[in-house]
Amino acid sequence: MVRFENVGLRYGMGPEILKDLSFTIAPQSFQFLTGPSGAGKTTLLRLILLSLKPTRGLISLFGSDVSQIAPDALTAVRRRMGVVFQDFRLLDHLTTFENVALPLRVQGQEEARYRSEVIELLRWVGLGDKIDAIPPVLSGGEKQRAAIARALIAKPDLLLADEPTGNVDPSMAQRLLRLFVEMNRMGTAVVIATHDIALMNQFDDARRLVLGDGRLHVYD
Amino acid sequence: MSMTDPQHTNPVWTGRLTQWRTSMLTRCRDAGAWCVALIKGPSNTLPLVPSENIAGRALVTVIAIMTFLAALTAVSAQMIASAATDWQTSVATEMTIQVRPVPGRNIDQDVSRIVSLASSFKGIREVKPYSKQESEKLLEPWLGSGLSFDVLPIPRLIVLKIEDGSLVDSAGLRKAITDQWRHATLDDHRVWIARLAAMARSVVAVAVALVGLVMVATALAVAFATRGAMAGNRSIMEALHFVGATDAFIAREFERHFLILGLKGGALGGCLALVFFGAAHLFASTWLGSPGGEQMETLFGSFAIGYSGYLAVVMVAIVVAFLTALVSRITVTRTLGTLT
Repeated sequence: MVRFENVGLRYGMGPEILKDLSFTIAPQSFQFLTGPSGAGKTTLLRLILLSLKPTRGLISLFGSDVSQIAPDALTAVRRRMGVVFQDFRLLDHLTTFENVALPLRVQGQEEARYRSEVIELLRWVGLGDKIDAIPPVLSGGEKQRAAIARALIAKPDLLLADEPTGNVDPSMAQRLLRLFVEMNRMGTAVVIATHDIALMNQFDDARRLVLGDGRLHVYD
Repeated sequence: MSMTDPQHTNPVWTGRLTQWRTSMLTRCRDAGAWCVALIKGPSNTLPLVPSENIAGRALVTVIAIMTFLAALTAVSAQMIASAATDWQTSVATEMTIQVRPVPGRNIDQDVSRIVSLASSFKGIREVKPYSKQESEKLLEPWLGSGLSFDVLPIPRLIVLKIEDGSLVDSAGLRKAITDQWRHATLDDHRVWIARLAAMARSVVAVAVALVGLVMVATALAVAFATRGAMAGNRSIMEALHFVGATDAFIAREFERHFLILGLKGGALGGCLALVFFGAAHLFASTWLGSPGGEQMETLFGSFAIGYSGYLAVVMVAIVVAFLTALVSRITVTRTLGTLT
């Protein structure tokens, strides 16, 4: 699904911040991406998300070399991925329902077609009573769950989550992790970037990708 | 041959004309539907770009002010151009014959015979000779009243009014007069008209240059204000991009939002300009009786802007609104470029 071969990245003429990254992410797999703050976890996720271009090496997504994908085909690739940002990136003027339905709306689907599906997902993440609430009145945990629901609504093949439990208490973190595990069981490959060791210990079977000094170490 | 003449109607051309008309109507309908859809957006859904915020209101204000100024300049230029044409036309409808007094000749008799000669020329509507008293009266503002003009060799004037749209053979008339009366000259105001035309052209050129400058300033002000308002929406652009919206979709959403803001600001500024000209027209009408009012009307007309003035105001407002939408599209495209 995702393949990196000797990927390196530098900003401008600065030093290489990611060096010789070579790894794969298999379909329906579950992994944590970890490492100290500033190790480059978010940068690596941005490389997968196609919002950064590597300085060298080869990145392949869903079987295609990303450097060969036509610009107008990038959106189709991006639609196969769901992403949960550390800062949620919910639209404050839209309701929780509208925010979660956004990936379907931008694909041109009619509300009548997806309404029941969105409401069902909101109930599943525990936001059934917050359908018409706008993000400014939601708590941190609620916003995080809305962001997760938005990432999942289009049933992506790959879910990328950047510090999804960074703003919530341990019990909420555990609840969110169960959501990701559930999604993974339903067929989505999951990559969770975190430096929360306690969180990773709750799911010992998961693969670990550890970033340090710009290099990646994989522990299967 | 008339196209509608049944005897000469070519069926091939008639068919093509009908086809062309149908095609144009369909295109106009499609363009109208596109504009309505662009402004209205998808039904039953909240707009993806928030319709009301501080940056949006500030942008509407900037657009309104710049539209007002641009409309003011455009209509003023139009009024000046129209007034300049009126000056030229009014001067070009008159000619003057000057008869100098010469010892041994009866000037009244000469004037009378010149009037007869001038009246016989084609295109002359009216011939008005100034009497001795009238000619002396013309000098009073400079020499004062109560003086005896008998000792002064005061020339006599004959004013010729030309029929509208007629061309008078001024060279022939001049030759006919000077052949018989060497002390008489014909002034067809050609030098004046040439100077007036040059001045009018300069005034209109300056006015057009001013309109151009104001439009460029408007475009820049609107562009920078739009970019400023867009900066606050970058997070929305990013969110839409990462949830799988195409660049065209995002650009359309922002274009719609900013077109509506542009139309609001343009309509506000255009209405203010129309109110201003309406008030100026009203003020000029009430002031018309005074000497100053007459001078103003001679110089600038009656401040009535007419259909072309209304059209200019509407065009300025529409151009500014579409410019706002265009700048938003360019800014969105550039911002999305940085995201990939």
